[in-house]
This record gives sequence, structure tokens and C-alpha cells, in this order.
Amino acid sequence: MTAHTARTDGPGQDQNPTHQNKTAPVDQATAARQRWMSVLARTPRASLEARWAASYGDQKWSMLREPQIGMVMVRGRAGGAGQRFNLGEMTVTRCAVTLSDGTVGHSYVKGRDRLQAQYAALFDAIMLRDGSASDFIDDLAAAQAEAKRDHARKVAATKVDFFTLVRGEDE
Amino acid sequence: MYVAVKGGERAINNAHRLLAEQRRGDKKVAEIQTDQIEQQLSLSVTRVMAEGSLYDRDLAALAIKQGRGDLIEAIFLMRAYRTTLPRFAFSKPIKTAEMDVSRRISATFKDLPGGQILGPTFDYTHRLLDFTLMANGEELLDAPSGDQPVDEHMPRVLDDILNDEGLIQDEPVPGDDTAPVADLTREPIKFPAGRDLRLQNLSRGDEGFVLALGYSTQRGYANSHAFVGEIRYGTVSVEIEPEELGFAIDIGDIELTECETVNKFKGSKTKLPQFTRGYGLVFGQNERKAISMALVDRAMRADEMGEQIMGPAQDSEFVMEHSDNVQSTGFVEHIKLPHYVDFQGELELVRRMRTEVEERLAKLEAESAQSQPEAAE
Repeated sequence: MTAHTARTDGPGQDQNPTHQNKTAPVDQATAARQRWMSVLARTPRASLEARWAASYGDQKWSMLREPQIGMVMVRGRAGGAGQRFNLGEMTVTRCAVTLSDGTVGHSYVKGRDRLQAQYAALFDAIMLRDGSASDFIDDLAAAQAEAKRDHARKVAATKVDFFTLVRGEDE
Repeated sequence: MYVAVKGGERAINNAHRLLAEQRRGDKKVAEIQTDQIEQQLSLSVTRVMAEGSLYDRDLAALAIKQGRGDLIEAIFLMRAYRTTLPRFAFSKPIKTAEMDVSRRISATFKDLPGGQILGPTFDYTHRLLDFTLMANGEELLDAPSGDQPVDEHMPRVLDDILNDEGLIQDEPVPGDDTAPVADLTREPIKFPAGRDLRLQNLSRGDEGFVLALGYSTQRGYANSHAFVGEIRYGTVSVEIEPEELGFAIDIGDIELTECETVNKFKGSKTKLPQFTRGYGLVFGQNERKAISMALVDRAMRADEMGEQIMGPAQDSEFVMEHSDNVQSTGFVEHIKLPHYVDFQGELELVRRMRTEVEERLAKLEAESAQSQPEAAE
């Protein structure tokens, strides 16, 4: 665990993590970080770039690890819950940045967008440093939840309502 | 024997330029964009990702465009690209129980918790050509919404419903759940192959091949009648635990189709009969492949179930050595490449054998010509 995750003065620590790691209990600060990293990984580059330019354009920062494209081997379980197996790979881009005060931000995001990974790492660092992007993160999370809900409602409209035809001559 | 031959360079260059021209087609027709392929030929994209064994929609769309719509060519391009990338991590096992479903049906229980969710399916369409699509007359579509979203965690038919009564066998988790997982991209396939290797092989296997084998099990070339307990298609999040962080992070969502079959039961005089299971899991939306995979997975468990091997789908070695379409196409198609020297050798051998036979025949003829006058007397 890095030094940053041990901080307890981070913002959003009282929020419910959406993707709690079930295998190892994590502290609240880590849970909060998991939440914003998950939100950032799902945010397209353009939104991150625009917000960075608008609010943090004058920040001094440096690249700790240049954005790098690679893969993650996705694992499944036989029957959904049994023996593990390697399903196939997915492309992933990772990046690490350092803010001028030394705060290090990380990102691992699906796909091959280097700039998305860079901005995700920058916002991770900002959130670790002072939490000043928490409104932005909350807005993104709300938009993502809304999109998911809209889709889930369209899917719900395809649910079958079985009914039984009454047959025979009662009257 | 291999001998270097030069001289084809100009022809090859020109052939590739002709290929590029033909790929583009009539220049009066707008060039297709990869985002159009990604959005509007999404099931081709799905197949290329699954069999290319690399989840990346944009790359799959590009591969389809470059391959002129030849999906096996596109799969080949994806496989070649993936060898250029480093592998950062293995994900934690994805949780299909927590899938955000776009479709979820069961053929074994009509009224099940969560319901039968049809989602975007070709089922129940009439398979009549829709000429409005050709005339570009399609209106902007908007699917209707229900009042409430679908349930977040759909119960699983096999685990939560059937297994409640112990009617279906458990999915055995090996005692050591941190034991190494077989990976055919790093180690050659060895037999007997474990279920982990078999499932990896099937998931990236050729759809047509796996489909035909699945079909063969239904036609009697295996002893495992199947019901579809559940099919679900939707998105799951992928989690990894990077070393530098020391905790799990969610890196995004992928689309998957999962099929669980309920098969012929097994039991004995002392053991209660139970249904058995087959499992299919593939990238993207591909029900045909997921069902076929589950049928073949179950058939390949013949040894474990003590069943008699009576069909090719039960023979893991046969299935796994012929399921990969990049490997198959490589060997089948390589015979069109120059074999001039090999063939020259064969040619000389046949000529020599012919000469020998001709000489022998001539000798026999001469002998019989000599002996005939005597016989006539």
C-alpha cells in the first residue's frame, strides 16, 4: 500500500464505495479512492481534459510513468463460481504522475487512450492531495449511474409478462 | 527443404496495391469508418474480439475494415497485435452473478425471480429482409423504457434455484484457489488438459467449429442431453490489483455472454442422482457461441463423469487441437505457398518409379513374347 492510501483526511471517505473489494477489507480512504478511480476509468478523455483545462490548467506536475498500453488477462470461473480460467485479454492503459508537492496519482483504464489514462492519474493525484475534484467526481458518478439506469429501464421493457389464456366453456 | 527464391517483389507490391484498391471498392461509395463498424456491425466486432482473444472494440473494427470483412483475417490481425503488448496483470475472477444484464433467459423455469428478460435478440423475428434498411429509410429509433430498471443482482438459475435442493452438482473450486491457472498463450497445450485450459481454448475457438461440435452432441455423438438453465448477456466490471497500489481497482466494464446448461443426471445406487453442468462464457454478445461452448464443455467432461467416449466432441485432444481458426487457417492455407522444391522431389521420385515399372513391364513383355511361340505349339 502506498503512503497516500494511508491518509485519512481525504474527501469522500464517508461515501459508500460502489465496488468494495470483498477479499480483503479496506479502510475508508482506500474505499473512497477505489470509487473515484472506478469513476475516472469510465470517463471519456474529452470530459477529463476539459475539466482539467478549466480548473487545473496551471498545475505543475510531471510524469512518473509515461502512459503505457498493455493488456490484462481477464479471468472467469467455471460455472460462474468454480475453478478459475483465463478467458481472454483486454487492452488497458496505465499511467502515473507526480504533482508539485510530491503527491503521486495512478491510473489503469480500459482501452488504449493514453491521454485518458494521463488525466485519470492527474485527477487521482488531485483527489489524494486535497479532494478538490470531489464535486466533479460526484457529477461523473451520477451521470454514469443515470446512463446505467436508463439502459436498465429499456431492458426492463423487454421482460416477459406471462399470462394464461382461459380455455373451456364455463358459460 | 527450403531454398530462397527471389523475384516476386514487384508482383507482391502490386498485388497488395490491387488488394487495397479492391478493399476500398467503388470510390463513388462513401468510405466506411471504423466507428460505423464498431457501432453498426457490433456482432462482427464481438466475434473478432472473442476469437482474437483481445477485448478492444476499436481495434476489432479496424481489423474488420482491413480484412475486408473476412472475420478470420481480422481475428488473425488481432492475434498478431496482441503479441506486441506487455501483460500488466491478471484480473480477479469476474463476477457474472453481478452482471448488469441486457438479456437473461431460462429455458428450464418459466417463472423465475428477476423474470425472463429478452433484451436485444433476433429470436422471434420473422427473418424477412427489411428493405427499409437498404433504402436508408430507417427512422431514428428509440426503444421504450419500463417504469423500473431491471433487478441489479439477478439470482442464478443453477446456483440459487436448482442447487437450493441439491439437484445439480456443485462447481468444484479446487482446494487451493491460488494455484496457477493454465494459460495456452504461454504454454503449449498438454494432455490430459484441465478444465481451465479447455474453457480458455473453447472461448477463443472458432464459432463454426464449436457450433458444429455442440450440434453433434445433440445428434447423438455424446451422451449428454442439455437444457439451457440460463443465458445472460450484459456488462461486468473488471478488477485488478496492481502491485504498486496493493488494493483492487476497477478498470472498466466489458460485455460478456454466459450460458449454463443443465445436463443428464448422474447417480448410483448409493449416491443421489444430480444434474450435471456445462459452461460457456465469451466476450461480447454471442449466444450461439456461448451455448455451443457449454455443450462441448460438458461433452469434454466425459472422463470426469465416467462416460463412454462415443463422439469427437468428447475427445479433448481432437477438439482443442482443431478449434483455433488462426492455427487451422495457417496450416490449411500454407499449402498454397511455393512448394516448388518439395514438389520437384516428388516429381522426380514419381518419374523414377514410372521408369522402373516401365522397364519391368517391358522385360515381362519380352519374356512372354519369347515364351509364346512355344505355348502355341
